[in-house]
Amino acid sequence: MTEQVDKGRRQLLTAATALTGAVGAAFAAAPFLASWKPSARAKALGAPVEIDISKLETGSMLKVEWRGKPVWVVRRSQEMVGALDAVDPLLADPGSESSEQPDFARNPARALKPEYLVVLGVCTHLGCAPLSRFTPGDAELGADWPGGFYCPCHGSKFDLSGRVFKGVPAPTNLAVPPYAFVDDNHILVGADQSRAA
Amino acid sequence: MANANTPAEDGTLLGWINARFPLTRMWEEQWGKYYAPKNLNNWYLFGSLSLFVLVLQIVTGIFLTMNYKPSAAEAFGSVEYIMRDVEWGWLIRYLHSTGASAFFLVVYLHMFRAMLYGSYRKPRELLWIFGMVIYLVLMAEAFFGYLLPWGNMSYWGAQVIVSLFGTLPVIGAGLVEWIRGDFYISDITLNRFFALHVIALPLLLVFLVVAHLLALHEVGSNNPDGIDVKKHKGPDGHPLDSIPSHPYYSVKDIMGLTAFLVLFCAVVFFAPTLGGLFLEAPNFEPANPMQTPEHIAPVWYFTPFYAMLRAVPAFLGTQVWGVLVMGAAIVLLFFLPWLDRSPVRSIRYRGPIYKIALALFVIWFVVLGYCGLMPAVEPFKTLSVIGTIYYFAYLLLMPWFTRIDSHKPEPERVTYHAH
Repeated sequence: MTEQVDKGRRQLLTAATALTGAVGAAFAAAPFLASWKPSARAKALGAPVEIDISKLETGSMLKVEWRGKPVWVVRRSQEMVGALDAVDPLLADPGSESSEQPDFARNPARALKPEYLVVLGVCTHLGCAPLSRFTPGDAELGADWPGGFYCPCHGSKFDLSGRVFKGVPAPTNLAVPPYAFVDDNHILVGADQSRAA
Repeated sequence: MANANTPAEDGTLLGWINARFPLTRMWEEQWGKYYAPKNLNNWYLFGSLSLFVLVLQIVTGIFLTMNYKPSAAEAFGSVEYIMRDVEWGWLIRYLHSTGASAFFLVVYLHMFRAMLYGSYRKPRELLWIFGMVIYLVLMAEAFFGYLLPWGNMSYWGAQVIVSLFGTLPVIGAGLVEWIRGDFYISDITLNRFFALHVIALPLLLVFLVVAHLLALHEVGSNNPDGIDVKKHKGPDGHPLDSIPSHPYYSVKDIMGLTAFLVLFCAVVFFAPTLGGLFLEAPNFEPANPMQTPEHIAPVWYFTPFYAMLRAVPAFLGTQVWGVLVMGAAIVLLFFLPWLDRSPVRSIRYRGPIYKIALALFVIWFVVLGYCGLMPAVEPFKTLSVIGTIYYFAYLLLMPWFTRIDSHKPEPERVTYHAH
């Protein structure tokens, strides 16, 4: 029997024990970290919502809540849709290249049917709710205002398709949620077309 | 068997305790016989005041939790209930809400004291870092607490701040969902912010304050002359220019506390909202996820950094840059002990460059704070940009301008005039 301490062996065992302990700690931490994810109830409450648009008049806007966010449905007139291309030079992302929307909304109207704009009323800057300023030449926003949305928090401006103007804090266009038409009078927000069909 | 330092029992209750727990030793090491320089001026009151406000916040906070309900349906109503129906509830709540602002006020003054007299310089780097971590945790604590009244400004303030994490590439969206535990700021978010505000962060704060004080009492206090008092020790082994904290600084700190309480109570009793600065008007409306307040501004103690956030424009399709700038503004402060290369510590012996640069730093910090309260229009936009540039220039150029600056010779002993 030797009195000599094998330091190398002791170090290896210490390191191996520490490593095993660290792995164990990581496994033990996982349930706590995962408990912060949306719960089953939160996910269920985040299910799609159906909007009745039969009473929505031309030039007016409907607000509904989906996943706690305001979803806006704007029924645009022919003139409003027709004037969209004219503002292109003022926009940061007229083609919605770097903005968030389903593929079907990557067009100037940013919509499935140009008459109905469906966007999230959440400013892409820091999540405020922009205000509707549909009248061109709005008193507050100046004579050259083409009509659209204005965010009171930090001054971001969006056109009637929710496309962001150049030189404002918001980096991208208002997001378009996934949605589909159930029939002519009902929109299902939160579901893509395949699920509504 | 007891260790060598354990005193023998002498028949008294204190002796009985001391043989089993280092009560007298702790008291003497941490305060009673902790020798501090005798020339500490009024700038040195803000440390003990911070400690007082911490205790005040913990005590008032405990009593608030007895009536507060951390749920989206009941939170706003329970705060109104505290204000109207609970005996003295209004006082407890106003002490807590005013205490939050007072905490930041004394902490900012405490940090400025360190910048005046070079208190962060070697060997007090770790002391400064503990202090900075306390400041960070305090900001988190304040942010989580601000959601709890579930007013509309609470709600949208949280929305804006949580969204900051969403600007991070790749992980942003998932991270935000993880923080909220939902697809928006909801009951779930409120409930977890409550847990963090009343348990997790206060525990951490207390632990950090203990570490901060242990570090201070290990290295010893700096002083307005910024010189090392330990170079001249008396026969008793204590620095000649130092005095025991008790009774000398006990009395002085109590005097400071009295003056503080006069001002503090004046706000609590006569102007608890302080014109919207301490409690914002939109927060007297319940949270409404569908309606943003006309103008969102954080509480005053965050606004300098908020102004920096807004000063940076979005480019490359993301506005993460503003968030990074805001983060860097705080991270840079951690490095202050190494950025400052002056041969002297105290402002008293520094040259004109540092004095002017520090004065401008304070002015721009206040201007940034004011801009952060205002809507993002001119002239505040331009002022925010200039202020942000100055803030970073001051810190990043510090290694250079503190080296080229002139300085006066430091005295051997502290400057002190008996009263």
